[in-house]
Amino acid sequence: MADARMPTPAPGSVAVPTARPGLADGVHRFFDSDVWFSFKRSPITIGAAAVTLLYFVMAVFGPWIAPHDPFDLAKLDLLDSLIPPAWMADGEARFPLGTDDQGRDLLSAIIYGSRVSLVIGFASVLLSMVIGIGLGLISGFVGGAIDAFIMRMAEIQLSFPAILVALLINGVIIGYFKTHPEWQVDQVTLAYVVLVLSIGLSNWVQYARTVRGSTLVERNKEYVQAAHVIGIHPAMIMWRHILPNVMGPVLVIATIQLALAVITEATLSFLGVGVPPTEPSLGTLIRVGNDYLFSGEWWVTIFPGAALAILVLAVNLLGDWLRDALNPKLR
Amino acid sequence: MVAFIIRRFIQSLFVMFVVALVSFAMFQFIGDPVNQMVGIETSLAERAALRERLGLNDPIYVQFWHYIVNAVSGDFGLSYQHKRPVADMLLERLPATLELSLVSALFSLIVGIPMGVYTGLNRDGFLAKLFLTISLIGISLPTFLIGILLIFVFSVMMANAPPIPVFDLFTIYPSALQLPSFGRGTTVDIGSWRTGLLTTDGLKALIMPSITLGLFQLTLIMRLVRSEMLEVLRTDYIKFARARGLANRAINFGHALKNTLVPVITITGLQVGSIIAFAIITETVFQWPGMGQMFLLAVQNVDIPIMAAYLMLIAFFFVVINLIVDMLYYVVDPRLRVDAGKVSGHG
Amino acid sequence: MRKTLMAAMAAAVVAGALASPPAEAKTFRWAFQGDAQALDPHSLNETFTLGLLGNVYEGLIRRDPELKIEPALAESWEIVEPTRWRFHLRKGVKFHNGNDFTADDVLFTAARTRADGSDLKTRLAGVTDIIKVDDHTVDFVTDAPNPILHYEWATWYIMDKEWAEANNAGSPTDVTGGKENFATRNTNGTGPFMLVSRETDVKTVLKPYDGWWDAANKKHNLTEVVFTPIGSDSTRVAALLSGEIDMMYPVPVQDMNRLEGDANTSVLAGPELRTIFLGMDQELDELQYSNVKGKNPFKDKRVREAFYRAVDVNAIQKKIMRGLSEPSAIMISPFLFSRSAEFKRLEHNPEMSKKLLAEAGYPNGFEVGMDCPNNRYVNDEKICQAVVAMLAKVGVKVDLLAQPKAQYFAKILRPKRDTSFYLLGWTPGSFDSWNVLYNIIATPADDGRGKFNVGGYSNARIDELTTQVLSETDATKRDAMIHEAFKLLDDDRGYIPLHQQGLAWGKRSNIELAQRADNQFMLYYVNVK
Repeated sequence: MADARMPTPAPGSVAVPTARPGLADGVHRFFDSDVWFSFKRSPITIGAAAVTLLYFVMAVFGPWIAPHDPFDLAKLDLLDSLIPPAWMADGEARFPLGTDDQGRDLLSAIIYGSRVSLVIGFASVLLSMVIGIGLGLISGFVGGAIDAFIMRMAEIQLSFPAILVALLINGVIIGYFKTHPEWQVDQVTLAYVVLVLSIGLSNWVQYARTVRGSTLVERNKEYVQAAHVIGIHPAMIMWRHILPNVMGPVLVIATIQLALAVITEATLSFLGVGVPPTEPSLGTLIRVGNDYLFSGEWWVTIFPGAALAILVLAVNLLGDWLRDALNPKLR
Repeated sequence: MVAFIIRRFIQSLFVMFVVALVSFAMFQFIGDPVNQMVGIETSLAERAALRERLGLNDPIYVQFWHYIVNAVSGDFGLSYQHKRPVADMLLERLPATLELSLVSALFSLIVGIPMGVYTGLNRDGFLAKLFLTISLIGISLPTFLIGILLIFVFSVMMANAPPIPVFDLFTIYPSALQLPSFGRGTTVDIGSWRTGLLTTDGLKALIMPSITLGLFQLTLIMRLVRSEMLEVLRTDYIKFARARGLANRAINFGHALKNTLVPVITITGLQVGSIIAFAIITETVFQWPGMGQMFLLAVQNVDIPIMAAYLMLIAFFFVVINLIVDMLYYVVDPRLRVDAGKVSGHG
Repeated sequence: MRKTLMAAMAAAVVAGALASPPAEAKTFRWAFQGDAQALDPHSLNETFTLGLLGNVYEGLIRRDPELKIEPALAESWEIVEPTRWRFHLRKGVKFHNGNDFTADDVLFTAARTRADGSDLKTRLAGVTDIIKVDDHTVDFVTDAPNPILHYEWATWYIMDKEWAEANNAGSPTDVTGGKENFATRNTNGTGPFMLVSRETDVKTVLKPYDGWWDAANKKHNLTEVVFTPIGSDSTRVAALLSGEIDMMYPVPVQDMNRLEGDANTSVLAGPELRTIFLGMDQELDELQYSNVKGKNPFKDKRVREAFYRAVDVNAIQKKIMRGLSEPSAIMISPFLFSRSAEFKRLEHNPEMSKKLLAEAGYPNGFEVGMDCPNNRYVNDEKICQAVVAMLAKVGVKVDLLAQPKAQYFAKILRPKRDTSFYLLGWTPGSFDSWNVLYNIIATPADDGRGKFNVGGYSNARIDELTTQVLSETDATKRDAMIHEAFKLLDDDRGYIPLHQQGLAWGKRSNIELAQRADNQFMLYYVNVK
């Protein structure tokens, strides 16, 4: 929803970690590093990492773990709808967490839904990262009119709520595929594309600003000037020398943005731009369950809500830790 | 300085122009306003005639041109749905949104800064870690769910809970703690500004929406203050202060906190724009009669004049706030003056 | 610390004592999910807008809680010639501003109804001439005999000529004009309530009009009415449960039990006149959004029947509508057609569906896209989802696109008509079968016939019957024709009727009111006890 904006000229708001190029002995070095040390020292972080890992495992191996296939409509029976969790009076053992309004097993729906939410989250973070880093590097390195233009673009972007970007992209894409029937996309794929594009496109600004700030600092350092003098192509300088230096803060933003993307997906679903309820994400499950909050069928919304909250909480805690751990000034 | 302001002003105009252009480009995809303006029995010929009269058959650039020409003269058109001037409608809704935004910003500052200071000073304390974790829950649930849960507890459960007698001494009436689930409560008109800040009723109505809206900023500010505190406390200047033997309290609050406030105020300033924009969901859940709610209804009903005017207004807020922030930097930080042309943005 | 806590509790106790309302206040607070678009009685032909205005304005006739026609601004009427109706206007009626109601107001209203910007032109469809006989008698001349001329006039509201003209509101608001119309936010009717204040989408306050012509028989005891739209379903339910409002509708079906179970609230449920049905594209030669190329499976009656039999309406009634629906065998409410009991739904039979699909050449089913609104009818999206799952069981893979009504209608309605399979609801505005035949069953034509026949179903005999029904004045013959038309449609499986959607209004226990099947809420039946 709201984006965390970080003005770099403000005294030291984004830290630039020391460069560590070279991945050859990266793994070995990692276990020796301060980062690993600080990880070992923090039980909350270890817990958060474990939970996150669990979700990833669930996402990857969902079809083998889940007791039912909630996306197979032919197996849904409307007469199984709104059965309470197994431990309650009317509960049934085959539906451990009960069923939703269409007779879907909630446990399976949550497992599959986490998978959907994570895929959308990752894809959109990747998209905004690529756009943001690219524009940030160019903006900081080239400067001048191009810099001003990109930064004004960032302002424009910020004045459009993600909701509206989603509505726009939704319309444009549906319009596009309508006129190009050869693509043969179904509503589910379409919804994925819409969500990834709209969340991805609304969140690039933060990367761009951070990267630009770091680039401005690096650009004037002697090694960059030297590389420039000996005729190395600017693109190469950015790629080899500046980029590795900004990856720390970018990684921190990316972690927090992943959590934000998952939440945004849920919010967009509330506004009607989301994955179709036939193959629900966590957000869609919550949106649908929302109708049953007062009526006594609390499990339809509370379980997916809790699943979402735990996932986002764990990812955020990881992001928190990463922010501190990668900030050399705090060691 | 003057040249800087002029340049930024021109850039801001450009931003507004692009916002208008992009808004227009997207409207044609949102749906057909005509179907929302007529009853179901209205004939196709009448629908087509209305579409023609609204100019919806003109090319987008023609519609855009008409819109800009009118907008420059202050005419934003009539709402398709409500048949009233859009400017009037937005101005009527503005106070509700601004009051909600300001109160929620205030809430997040008043709670966020002390929590940030505390967690920064006691970095490894148990309580600090607990605060940090709990504050995350606020951003781990979608806003709409938080709002509905609050309503469930403070409107429904409180209203229907039986009185609780305490040792025959007195009785607690939970219903007295009940908060309104929708609307602004009783409002008072001061000129054309309709405020809910002057009645008990109105203030009560503000509580749940501003918490819902402010929770996200609260988490953000708390974290920001904490990390700023952590960094400042490690600077030489604080170490020097300690070496001079100044009291801890004087160092923490006199020196450290003061230094963290600049970025905090900046970010809060910048966030005000975001809060207004993101009040959409909170306003919808609590039936808060602000601009965000009106905007969402306009999207549902394809009320193009309202959507366009709202987006322009939001863009205007962003542009003005950015401008002010940049000018403040310019005044505060002398380093930027040398390089103003290149580092004119704020990040 | 302890002291402040005690003080706070004491304050809470006092506040609790003050919070109980004074006994004699007859303020009635109610909520609906949206607001009337404008207060101009001729700017939008939509149930809620007209329903709200029906408390302020009146038509020549009105309908009682059973929807029977009663005299209102016209005391009586007669058909003097087959194409000439005479209305005798009520004498001594005054508008809220004190002006007298006369024939001139009726003539003025008719002209206003036909002006640009009016959405109620259909109210006078077929009327060729309106003649003022004297100050309290008006004749309506029609182009053909029309036994149901006045059926929709309960929502054709009469305006005051002098008031409208004095305030430049002589014609309905035209958004293209760029100027706000006085009648958009101000009213001057003859009805039982008058407008005190209005903020669009926020609050509308009404108070009783003491000079109402029918005040002697008034059934309400209200002194003030406050209307607030509350869009979010959960918030609306919460506001009723917490007692912030006295009445609201619609009640989400899943919350009916909760409201019934609470001692302070109850639900008034009843049948509505809206029929929910599924339509199939029978117009195009190649089905869109499908893997079937070169032909249109829906042109085959066996496929349509297979779809019909695959859908289990009883499960939908039980699980999704929670009993708030009546499975439907016919495309009109049984209350509106006397012989509807003669129709029976085809039995739910997935095995037979599979067989029919195999016979039609689709032993493994096929793929098709479905359009569905998600904020128009009661649980519309959930119904569609259930239908998709039921069709999956007979091998048909449906790709569901559920959208808000703005996008949904723009996509499926003519001229775009971009759909293969869709869910739609229909309430005949005139409470009569002809409306259904004309709008959704007759073959689409340029003159407006079949304009909501989105699937393009076509049967020449039904078209013939539709024309005859309009001018047939003998009730029995007319019903026989209607029966024949519906029978033909049923035999063709032209549509899949699902159910009559129910109405659910929630109220506090101290409120008495009358529920009308057309979902119009008349404040003059409300009592606060």
